[in-house]
Amino acid sequence: MTARPTTNVLLTGVGGQGVVLASYVLSQVAMSEGYDVKQSEVHGMAQRGGSVTSHFRFGDKVWSPLVSPGTADLLMAFEALEGLRYVNWLKPNGVLVYNALRINPSPVSAGLATYPEDVDSLIRAAWPTVKCVNANELAAQAGTVKAANVAMLGAISATLPFAPEIWEAVIRKAVPPKTIDVNLEAFRLGAASASAPAAECKTR
Amino acid sequence: MANKIETTDAVEILSGNEAIARGAWEAGVKLAAAYPGTPSTEILEALAHYDDVYCEWSPNEKVAMEVGIGASMGGGRALVCMKHVGLNVAADPFFSSSYVGLEAGMVVVSADDPGMHSSQDEQDNRNYAKFARVPLLEPADSAEAREFMISAYELSEQFDTPVLFRTTTRTSHSKSIVALGERTTAEPLAKARRDWNKYLMMPVNAIARHVVVEQRAVDLADYAETCPFNRVEMGDTRVGIITSGAIYGYAREAVPEASFLKLGMTYPLPKKLIADFRSKVDKLYVVEELDPFLEEAIRLMGVEIDGGKELNTLQGELNARSVAASLARADVPGINQELLSELGPEPSDLPSRPPTFCPGCSHRGIFTVLKKLRVFVSGDIGCYTMGALPPFNSVHCSTCMGASISMAHGMAKVLAPPADDAKPDLRSKVVGVIGDSTFFHSGVTSLMDVIYNGGRTVNIIVDNSTTAMTGGQENPGSGKTLLGDPSATVDIPALCKALGVKRIATIDPYDLEEVERVLREELAVDEPSVVIAKAPCVLQFKVRKPVYQVDAGLCTGCKRCLQAGCGALNLYIDEGGERKVEINPFDCAGCGVCSQLCPQDAIARPAPAEGKGS
Repeated sequence: MTARPTTNVLLTGVGGQGVVLASYVLSQVAMSEGYDVKQSEVHGMAQRGGSVTSHFRFGDKVWSPLVSPGTADLLMAFEALEGLRYVNWLKPNGVLVYNALRINPSPVSAGLATYPEDVDSLIRAAWPTVKCVNANELAAQAGTVKAANVAMLGAISATLPFAPEIWEAVIRKAVPPKTIDVNLEAFRLGAASASAPAAECKTR
Repeated sequence: MANKIETTDAVEILSGNEAIARGAWEAGVKLAAAYPGTPSTEILEALAHYDDVYCEWSPNEKVAMEVGIGASMGGGRALVCMKHVGLNVAADPFFSSSYVGLEAGMVVVSADDPGMHSSQDEQDNRNYAKFARVPLLEPADSAEAREFMISAYELSEQFDTPVLFRTTTRTSHSKSIVALGERTTAEPLAKARRDWNKYLMMPVNAIARHVVVEQRAVDLADYAETCPFNRVEMGDTRVGIITSGAIYGYAREAVPEASFLKLGMTYPLPKKLIADFRSKVDKLYVVEELDPFLEEAIRLMGVEIDGGKELNTLQGELNARSVAASLARADVPGINQELLSELGPEPSDLPSRPPTFCPGCSHRGIFTVLKKLRVFVSGDIGCYTMGALPPFNSVHCSTCMGASISMAHGMAKVLAPPADDAKPDLRSKVVGVIGDSTFFHSGVTSLMDVIYNGGRTVNIIVDNSTTAMTGGQENPGSGKTLLGDPSATVDIPALCKALGVKRIATIDPYDLEEVERVLREELAVDEPSVVIAKAPCVLQFKVRKPVYQVDAGLCTGCKRCLQAGCGALNLYIDEGGERKVEINPFDCAGCGVCSQLCPQDAIARPAPAEGKGS
């Protein structure tokens, strides 16, 4: 068997969006498939509504816990602006999957800066391979908007080499028992959305 | 110490901090003490979940260190954890612990923060190992964190020394797969052993102990030659790289085929091993983050180095890409070319997303008023440091834990006193702002100084009953211990009174009128005062009150409410092209600060629907 090269995933979002849980699910899925995994995130000051990133890597042997700029196979953005901000972390054929959600940064809330108008067009202009997902809407449809992070996992699931059963088994263990069904439904809706045309997706 | 570390079949994905806790538990640690500080906090949070280990949040790192020294002197293996700057606070007992040694092993974890993700400096605490002559271990990932931790206790006892265990943000907060083992424990002592010469550091004994400490450093250097954590991995002999910690992973990816001397024990260094490695490679590079700690020691050995700190940087974090770029500058062969690829242009003009006060945060009202009063604010370390950010811009200095009160005092002592009959200019006044946990950490002695030495500052204690910045840890004022047991609670007003403060006021930080009135009163008198702004942390205690709404008909878009800097508020343009503010009902915590700022009374709570009220 040839060595499986390391796959790099960068998760970006805003403190409180469940980026860390999504990263945890990714790690468990990859480990259960026999991969070496490394994952890294920053706690503390980075929370409190600030930008949050989590680095996730898997392969036969992973040395560094960090994705390097210009090497991400997948950029998974839980908020539109946080997708645009990190596009140059992608490698040339890397894929950007972003949630069509706008969360105002504090300078925007304070009237000191403006959120880019038509962020979707800016993203598409900045990167060729883009997939837009209404993760919050899908999660609400499943039962709670809190499952948006799991809907995002569904949306990216087809880009990674893991079977749906593996994802679902890990999600069952990762979320609070009472929310298993809602989260699994959010995951399925996310996965199904991957085939919808991106152009109909608009950040709001 | 050369014993193989046993494992079972169990594997888990653990963060470096969780793996440190696991290793400490497996090593039979009896006591662990810490003060929360990013990136070290989760070590004790994880360890507290295991049985048979006493864990505590101490009021500060110095106390934690002394608790640990006492435990190890009493025959129980002890763990003491802190962030890098915490070791500055604990340096006094740390240096003495090197002299006295111990009965049972003691490990001191210093979690450094290169890149300053959540810190006021990025000092390289490896220097403390050399300074205090204690052995230094640096794990590269979580599996090593567990393994090194178990060995650290054996090393500690074999050489009668505390061990400094240095992580960085990227080892503490990165997760990887760890094989687990079982706990081993030793029988506790019935009573403490009395050893006057060893444990009592008055000069006559300390003079003798210093000789022991220096000989121990020599012995440890001999041990380092065969320490299993110092590992040679021969590859392409054109390139030899000496490195340690997380940087090893970056270097392995940057030059995959190179030869490596991967150091797990980085003080004292193995001179023969390094010279031998040098002799086997054409060119030798030292790759390390922050200070040239290894490089300087290796150069002093007389070992020739072809590239070190001049290739990278003294500042910030490294990663695989920056290591590849730095070695490319020296024309090192075999560099992973993917890491040298040119990056696309960074999107420009994007609004930044700094951390901010949560919607409903009790600090918001205080800084709204302080901004209006235009006083000089001496800040401290905690969430409230964000009062320095827009739109408040009303914290003017912040250095280290507990410094707000003492720096304000020093400043007030040198500022010219106001003329007797002049209207007081508030811009010449100095106010200290400190959180409850930081006050307990090291603000109490500062306040004692203000009172003892006739200070005249106003000191605001923003008391939200938790250690919020690090994620809501218990503290001496919260009524609970780390292990969840109810405990005595420090009575802050009574404590201030006992220190001799005569003017003590407790205020509701959400009532802007009250905050302003009380602060103006205290600023007008020429004596020191303490104003306690008491309200629970909304994040930690999940405080949510009925939400506010904007009456779009009354809103003139004046943006006054936006001065509250609240993420629940949003400025938009309505269909008629007019500027309006709306409140996101999912984010609003119902604190009402924005409504008090509105000159049009356009922000209010909707009247409860018929039949729903009680």
